[in-house]
Amino acid sequence: MSDKPLVDVENLHIAFPREDGGWHEAVRGVSFSLLAREKLGIVGESGSGKSLSSRALLGVLPEHARMSADRLRFDGIDLLQASPRERRKLRGGRMSMILQDPKFSLNPVLKVGRQIMEAFRIGYPALSGAETRRRAIDMLEAVHIRSPERVMDLYPHQISGGMGQRVMIAMMMAREPELLVADEPTSALDVTVRTQVLSIMDELVTRRGAGLILISHDLKLVSRFCNRVLVMYAGRIVESLRADEMHNARHPYTRGLLACLPSIQSTGDPLPVLQREAGWANPEGQP
Amino acid sequence: MSSTLSIEPISSRQALRMARRAEFNRFVSRFRRNRLGMAGLAILILLVFCAIFAPLLSTHDPYLPDLAKRLSAPGAEFWLGADELGRDIYTRILYGSRLTLMIVLQVVVTAAPVGLVVGAISGTYGGIVDKIFMRITDVFLAVPKLLLALAFVAALGPGIFNAVLAITLTAWPPYARMARAEALVVRNADYVNAARLAGASQAYLIVRHIMPMCLSSVIVRMTLDMAGVILIAAGLGFIGLGAQPPLPEWGAMISTGRKFIFDQWWVATMPGIAIFLVCLGFNLLGDAMRDLLDPHLRQRG
Amino acid sequence: MIRVENLNVTFGAATVVRDVSFSVAAGESFGLVGESGSGKSTVLRTMMGLNRSWNGTIEIEGAPVKSTGRKDLARRAQMVFQDPYASLHPRFVIARTVAEPMRINGIDNSEQRARELLEMVGLPGAFGFRFPHELSGGQRQRVAIARALALSPKVLLLDEPTSALDVSIQAEVLNLLSRLRRDLGLTFVIVSHDLAVIAHMCDRLAVMRDARIVETLDRRQLQEGRLVEDYSRELLAASGDV
Repeated sequence: MSDKPLVDVENLHIAFPREDGGWHEAVRGVSFSLLAREKLGIVGESGSGKSLSSRALLGVLPEHARMSADRLRFDGIDLLQASPRERRKLRGGRMSMILQDPKFSLNPVLKVGRQIMEAFRIGYPALSGAETRRRAIDMLEAVHIRSPERVMDLYPHQISGGMGQRVMIAMMMAREPELLVADEPTSALDVTVRTQVLSIMDELVTRRGAGLILISHDLKLVSRFCNRVLVMYAGRIVESLRADEMHNARHPYTRGLLACLPSIQSTGDPLPVLQREAGWANPEGQP
Repeated sequence: MSSTLSIEPISSRQALRMARRAEFNRFVSRFRRNRLGMAGLAILILLVFCAIFAPLLSTHDPYLPDLAKRLSAPGAEFWLGADELGRDIYTRILYGSRLTLMIVLQVVVTAAPVGLVVGAISGTYGGIVDKIFMRITDVFLAVPKLLLALAFVAALGPGIFNAVLAITLTAWPPYARMARAEALVVRNADYVNAARLAGASQAYLIVRHIMPMCLSSVIVRMTLDMAGVILIAAGLGFIGLGAQPPLPEWGAMISTGRKFIFDQWWVATMPGIAIFLVCLGFNLLGDAMRDLLDPHLRQRG
Repeated sequence: MIRVENLNVTFGAATVVRDVSFSVAAGESFGLVGESGSGKSTVLRTMMGLNRSWNGTIEIEGAPVKSTGRKDLARRAQMVFQDPYASLHPRFVIARTVAEPMRINGIDNSEQRARELLEMVGLPGAFGFRFPHELSGGQRQRVAIARALALSPKVLLLDEPTSALDVSIQAEVLNLLSRLRRDLGLTFVIVSHDLAVIAHMCDRLAVMRDARIVETLDRRQLQEGRLVEDYSRELLAASGDV
């Protein structure tokens, strides 16, 4: 790993207008950085702000959101100063995002093959048509789609959710991004496919030197797959720890989350229930 | 225990009322933030106000001709001018608002419920019931609205009552279509399934679950449709098949003013402006209602 | 208590459940685990009579589902749905939602009983007059559980009861379900994609894949890793502890 961070975020705040005219602060002073070849996991419950933080990085926040940060950098580029056009260009090429539900990310009226080929054209405008098609098929093979030639000619509604997710991933990989943000990428997938998808993402990181942010509610998955894990609660990072040190988590919230997971070796006793403390939401509440 | 039992039902009913009122207040406060919607509402309140207090607000008699002053220009005596029989156009527009409002109300209380019931039954039952109902709806939808209304009026004879009937007959099919589409979604929702699992009959499901869920779309559609209804009523009046003289119906007023449009422009223009304003009001209100009530827009937000 | 034999369910040309058989004893908790699309939810919905085109045998408390009236069946078994955001009527306050099955079946004093049921699932007093959108996902699922218990059924069919919830809320709901099963002597059939949830909640389980049951196990076999099928092993590996 190089020591210059690929992503550098400091004191990020995101707020939404409330019905009563005030502001709801969904992300409150989040700072983190990501190195190339690093897999960073962000875990937290719904509403903890885990998705918003990386959406801000890609510049795809909802329109009515208000964002501020002391620093928001990608590979030395100041995203706070970048024009919308520059950011769009970054999103199309150097940064990519995989969303949970492929239904919303694939264009329903274009064939799958055409969408992947378009993704290639953005990255390699000089390629010939036949060459682009060949590469698209290779990419589908790489995400373990059987008979990719056939799948190229299907429309998104003709493929299953799991396959749609893999097509999405193929599209994102086609651009060879330097930063991949994966928001619950495997929740909709079968275990067998999940393993494959994770290994493809792993390859992007280890072989091509990309950085990966994996957002998930699944503690087990994140601790197994990532290098480092951020635990978010009520819009703040309450704990940051190495993934293999998960069982040594110190913050009561992280420990509570781990404890209340049911286990295969369960004795059938009631699960410990997370007792939330008001202090966790404050910066002083961190042990 | 026995004492609490006798008190409880009342207090729970009160609590329920409070919960409902809180819901309603939330709706109102959201609506108030929509300025165009408020403008639309203001126009319609003005319409209702004019209709109710027409005798007090008017300056002349709406029916009494005064041939000496026919076609007077707008001025101190006739604020919006006088028509070809010397009647005050301002007064006639005020009284005309009663007719407009009546037409609108009659269509609302007939067409929308008919469409809602047909659509909800059709969508919930599916199968042969659906096929029959929807083919009937298609027949009505296949003929242009105004043409169908014309045919009805021609058959029934001209007059405002027949015009309303004709409009109703042409207005319900879109509601049926829409209610059916909603019903098709709602009938498979898990909360409907839950009631089904508890042993609810189809009729219960339609009345308690499916129709209330179609209602908000129907209300939105109804508000947006009102402009169209007013235009059709005016159109029928214009070609002499709606309200009959001397009723001060806006469409009929434009029709008589047509002859003088180049020299005495106000005769046709003033009722035209009235129609325009009221239609605008309904459309603005309808748009605001859609922003608030449309389930599809809501999900996205 | 529950007997399902040679169940086949078809949707048009597709067979979504093929030759599924299992039985559940009274008071037992039985799990169906598998991926989305494996047909496990369809089995539950068919048991409740929400699908029409099926063949085979389904009996609940000895009553064959095919020939038993809807209201009779309603008092034997009820279901809790996966998505707590879709399973409550958005325009009803929750006390009314819970009272509804009793109203449909003409049971007296439904308001009072709805209050008791809500209290039993941990939503006392004024909660009853809230609308679903004022509740969190976990609270909604509690309401759905209270509603399922309204007709005092002996069997509860749970379709992914916690998969839409955060893990900390999942623990609370699972604990509630365990407590209710013990206190009311209920029989559970639970469907989940999460093997750990099934292992925690169920005495026995069946692994489903591609419309079929591939393996039936008891909890001990699972915990000792005595699995026969590769697919079950893969599932187990993916649910390993932290």
